[in-house]
Amino acid sequence: MGVLADGVVQAFQLLIHGDPKVIQIALLSLVVSGMATLLSLCAGIPVGSALALARFPGRQVLVSLVNTGMGAPPVVVGLVVTIFLWRSGPLGVLHLLYTPSAMITAQFIIAFPVVAGFTMAAVQQLDPKLRLQIQALGASRFQMVWLLLREARLPLLAAVMAGFGAVISEVGASMMVGGNISGQTRVLTTSIVAEASRGDFALAIALSVILLALVYLVNLALTLIQQRGRTR
Amino acid sequence: MSGAMPPDMAKGLEATKLSVMLGGHQVLDIPSFDVRPGEVLVIIGPNGSGKTTLLLSLASLLKPTTGTVLYQGIPYREGLSALQLRRKFAVVFQEPLLLNTTVWDNVALGLRLRRIGHHETNERVKKWLARFGMAPLARRQARSLSGGEAKRVSLARAFALQPEVLFLDEPFTALDSPTRQALIEDFESVLRETKVTTVMVTHERNEALVLADRVAVLMNGRMRQIGTPEEVFSRPADEETASFVEAGNILHGVIGSQNNELVTLDTNGQEIQAISALDLTVGTEVIAYLHYEDVTISLPSPQAMSSSARNQPRGRIVKTSPVAGSQVKVTLDCGFPLAAVITKRSWQELGLELGQVVAASFKASSVHLIPIPGKPSGLSPGVSEPAS
Repeated sequence: MGVLADGVVQAFQLLIHGDPKVIQIALLSLVVSGMATLLSLCAGIPVGSALALARFPGRQVLVSLVNTGMGAPPVVVGLVVTIFLWRSGPLGVLHLLYTPSAMITAQFIIAFPVVAGFTMAAVQQLDPKLRLQIQALGASRFQMVWLLLREARLPLLAAVMAGFGAVISEVGASMMVGGNISGQTRVLTTSIVAEASRGDFALAIALSVILLALVYLVNLALTLIQQRGRTR
Repeated sequence: MSGAMPPDMAKGLEATKLSVMLGGHQVLDIPSFDVRPGEVLVIIGPNGSGKTTLLLSLASLLKPTTGTVLYQGIPYREGLSALQLRRKFAVVFQEPLLLNTTVWDNVALGLRLRRIGHHETNERVKKWLARFGMAPLARRQARSLSGGEAKRVSLARAFALQPEVLFLDEPFTALDSPTRQALIEDFESVLRETKVTTVMVTHERNEALVLADRVAVLMNGRMRQIGTPEEVFSRPADEETASFVEAGNILHGVIGSQNNELVTLDTNGQEIQAISALDLTVGTEVIAYLHYEDVTISLPSPQAMSSSARNQPRGRIVKTSPVAGSQVKVTLDCGFPLAAVITKRSWQELGLELGQVVAASFKASSVHLIPIPGKPSGLSPGVSEPAS
């Protein structure tokens, strides 16, 4: 138990003293996962809306692919991205492996199906008659999708939370495509693995506390927005 | 393309050889059908008869499997796109289907989608919220409204579009009786004022009687009869229609007096007694509805009072027509036309014949009174407060 208490104490010391190394790691975590979430929203919301609203051959296959993607092991995603970015791989010329860009790419691939799946569910839970009413009000196709998404804005926030939650906490892909290079591609999760394997439990716990606090704060902000929308 | 073809303003909606297949079933099969400009056409029919499908096809919200719908003489999608057509129409569904925003924004929504200027949008929203008595609730969230309020907002939203054709799908169901009555009155006066071409689906006979210029009866996807409310409800085209509309006498009258719930009305100079819980003031114009089956016929008796029925007019048999199986519809002239459906056996056993004077009788409680909105009546006006 002493280890745990030491870790918590050390976490506060690190935070209070503003240890530049820890701050850099935490910031990189935020930037990488934030960017990946943002990109996955840009791609996942349109794809999720299309899957919820359009009827086309092969839709069922795509829906099950998205659902499978929501549970895809990050390690496998990391492996695939690594193979693509490998020096001799198809995208090797980009020299992206072991950079934050590679990590953003891998995390985007992890978050995208989560966001698409949640968007699909959010749009599908709307009353189907509402769609007819919006059409009857004279909405173009684009206007209708926009209005439906606005109508589903509260459940859509769940898509943001789930997408961000999936990537901020994943370790396998970041480790693989980022390489956990100190000062360059170290994020909170990969550092925790590294510190723990070196036996520095206190630091690992400190980083864990910071990670939990970060996840909590982001979700708290989103929840506040969501619940304010509910009660209004 | 017939883009050069000018719209014919003298024509409303027309449908020819309209057929809709859903899941392998033919839900609609209408050789020809039209809605005249400026009229209120009410479509009635049992559940699953294809009423809503017909409404959606006419409103350019559902593409018929085969057949053509024309507006002002131009086939759908040949002149105007589905979207352009929808922007000439407005649709009110059974549920209010308001968006999760303020009352004001809901009414403004269709105008914004049409990119109507800010100033005009504000004017129209203000006008129609006031017209339906919802102006004080403009800033409220639509979700917090009661059923009746939400329905008023959805009607205001439709009228704010100043549609060329207004479609309504069972707009007054799921409302309690006083709320519905007040809303129908407001709606009726707006309808008469705007003279908008209207197609309304309902299963409420009273609504059809009060609102319709013409009534169309739809059963199993086929049009059984189109005519004035009097024609359809008093002279149904066939047996099935008769049993669905519960055919009966439609009498126009004026309230003469009301004593507790017993109402006396004047029909063509003749007195009829009816029971009504409505608070009707003397002079109110009403429609009195009386099922054919509720009228009995007997041979005139010398006694003044021979039954407990409050109405015992005498009349001459002017017409007979056979009805379902063993029954016959007998029309009397009692100073006002009155028809009864009796068995052929009764007809024979009483030895009735054309031209004979008989005594009809019906209970005051069999007469259903329907006040005509816009005419003086003591009905509570609800939340309505016409402001224009």
